Amino acid sequence: MTSHKDYETMQRAARRKSGLLQALTYLGLSIWAVVVLFPFYWMVLTSLKSYGAYNSEHTPVFFTLSPTLENYENAFTAVPLGGYLLNTLIFAVATTAIMVVVSTLAAYAFARLKFRGKNLLFGLFLSMMMIPSELVVITNFVTITNWDMRNSFPGLILPSITSVFYIYLLKESFEQVPDELYRAAKVDGTSDLKYLWKVMIPICRPTIVTITILKLIECWNSYVWPRLITDDQAYFLVSNGIQEIRENGFGRENVPAMMAAVVVISVPLILLFLAFRNKIMEGVSRGGMKG
Amino acid sequence: MDRNSKKAWLYLLPSLILLGLFLVYPLIDVFVYSFEECFNFASQTYEGVGLYNYLYVLHDPYFLQAVENTFVLVIITVPVSTGLALLISTGLSSIQPLRNLFQTVYFLPYVTNTLAVGLVFMVLFQKTEYTDGLINLVIQLFGGESIDFINGPHWAKMFVLCFYTVWVVMPFKILVLTSALASVNPDYYKAARVDGTSRTRIFFRITLPMISPMLVYLVITGFIGAFKAYSDAVALFGTDLNAAGMNTIVGYVYDMLYGDSGGYPSYASAAAIILFVIVLTITCINLLVTRKQVRE
Repeated sequence: MTSHKDYETMQRAARRKSGLLQALTYLGLSIWAVVVLFPFYWMVLTSLKSYGAYNSEHTPVFFTLSPTLENYENAFTAVPLGGYLLNTLIFAVATTAIMVVVSTLAAYAFARLKFRGKNLLFGLFLSMMMIPSELVVITNFVTITNWDMRNSFPGLILPSITSVFYIYLLKESFEQVPDELYRAAKVDGTSDLKYLWKVMIPICRPTIVTITILKLIECWNSYVWPRLITDDQAYFLVSNGIQEIRENGFGRENVPAMMAAVVVISVPLILLFLAFRNKIMEGVSRGGMKG
Repeated sequence: MDRNSKKAWLYLLPSLILLGLFLVYPLIDVFVYSFEECFNFASQTYEGVGLYNYLYVLHDPYFLQAVENTFVLVIITVPVSTGLALLISTGLSSIQPLRNLFQTVYFLPYVTNTLAVGLVFMVLFQKTEYTDGLINLVIQLFGGESIDFINGPHWAKMFVLCFYTVWVVMPFKILVLTSALASVNPDYYKAARVDGTSRTRIFFRITLPMISPMLVYLVITGFIGAFKAYSDAVALFGTDLNAAGMNTIVGYVYDMLYGDSGGYPSYASAAAIILFVIVLTITCINLLVTRKQVRE
């Protein structure tokens, strides 16, 4: 009887201890969630404060009673934020579209077609993944300058297209498609291009969607190459645009207008992320890296 | 060459052209640049071949400052972010309700524009004539003295840079570690629980060894990524990083290439190659150390 009681108290103590641990876990996780979310809250909040209100509060206030949209108006009229957004959209869509086509063709050749030196060439492709972009950017800068392509979309897009990693991902995915389908199609006299378009791409659509989204994010956030290759504001992308806004835009003290621009730049990607959350996270964990 | 082979090369042609022009040729060319002395960008001529560019870069105080900053950043952010990510993902995998919500929130920094969100951090940490900034308010609340983190003392700037870098790299690490933790075979845990093993012991004897390959991967990629830090610093301190004393090695390369102090691709190449010798050495040391530990 006593031993049974002892056991019960021990159980209760263990449950209490694990309850405490759970509570601590939730507390810790919530703290990090606040650290992550707070900058977003602060930028939205600041962007809704009027210029006068923001600068008159020596101690920052955590809320605003008179939200205003004038900063957003400013962001689109006082600085060419709309132009930056449009440039980035053109750059991101064009680069991603060309990348998908080029990579699909290459991946198809590696996955399905037979040719001499295939394994050797694929090995070379894989080793190219290890080439750091910082090393090649110097010569690319000189090349594009010599071709007179500075401040132009081709100059921005061309060196940004290729990604060996995405070719690798696509090849892996194409290889999952059973050989029998290909042989059947060949018997029916289907051409390779038609087979690729009608069979391979529909089957491997999830992978194609994943690499499209990852590339779009990469393009939207790219900073180094656009900065090197554009000095004409008419060709600035958002990253350079926001830097320009910070240094010469609204005047250093107009923080609310600056934050409005930051919100406008951040929202498209956050929406894209919320829409394709699982695809993005899965793609990134398969080997995506920031930068 | 038969018809099939020809077709394959045709499919590969666009990739081969682009990769050759913008990846393979530049890789060779950067070494050529680094040895060409007194290269003139306008006339595309040089005067000799030798190690002068390397000597110049190694004696440039801006470069030495950049190397120091980069090393401090690496030494602080890699252990901090990896440890914190391990803590958070362990916590994350021990809960059920709200887990998805937390995971989504934690991933947000990955999909934000580094340059744009950096401005928010600047505003939070900056001290201007109008306001002390939110962080200083918190410091004062605890009885400390307010500091300008953006234009103030070097250690304060370094602190913000490290903080922002950790904030930016956490999503990737949490994601990788959470999926590593989820892939540990639950039978091990069940067996340990039957034996009455304590939580701490389970963590150090089962969980940690099982996910150690992923930890090694994260540490190595973390080192490589931190050595290439650049846009985080630009986001916080503006494009003139030399003036702020906050330049990084990659920043030095780009400054040599273009901008107010630019026009020297040879110096840029030499600096870039020095950077990759450093990265390669550290990666090799990392691999050797971890392999030795695994064997023991």
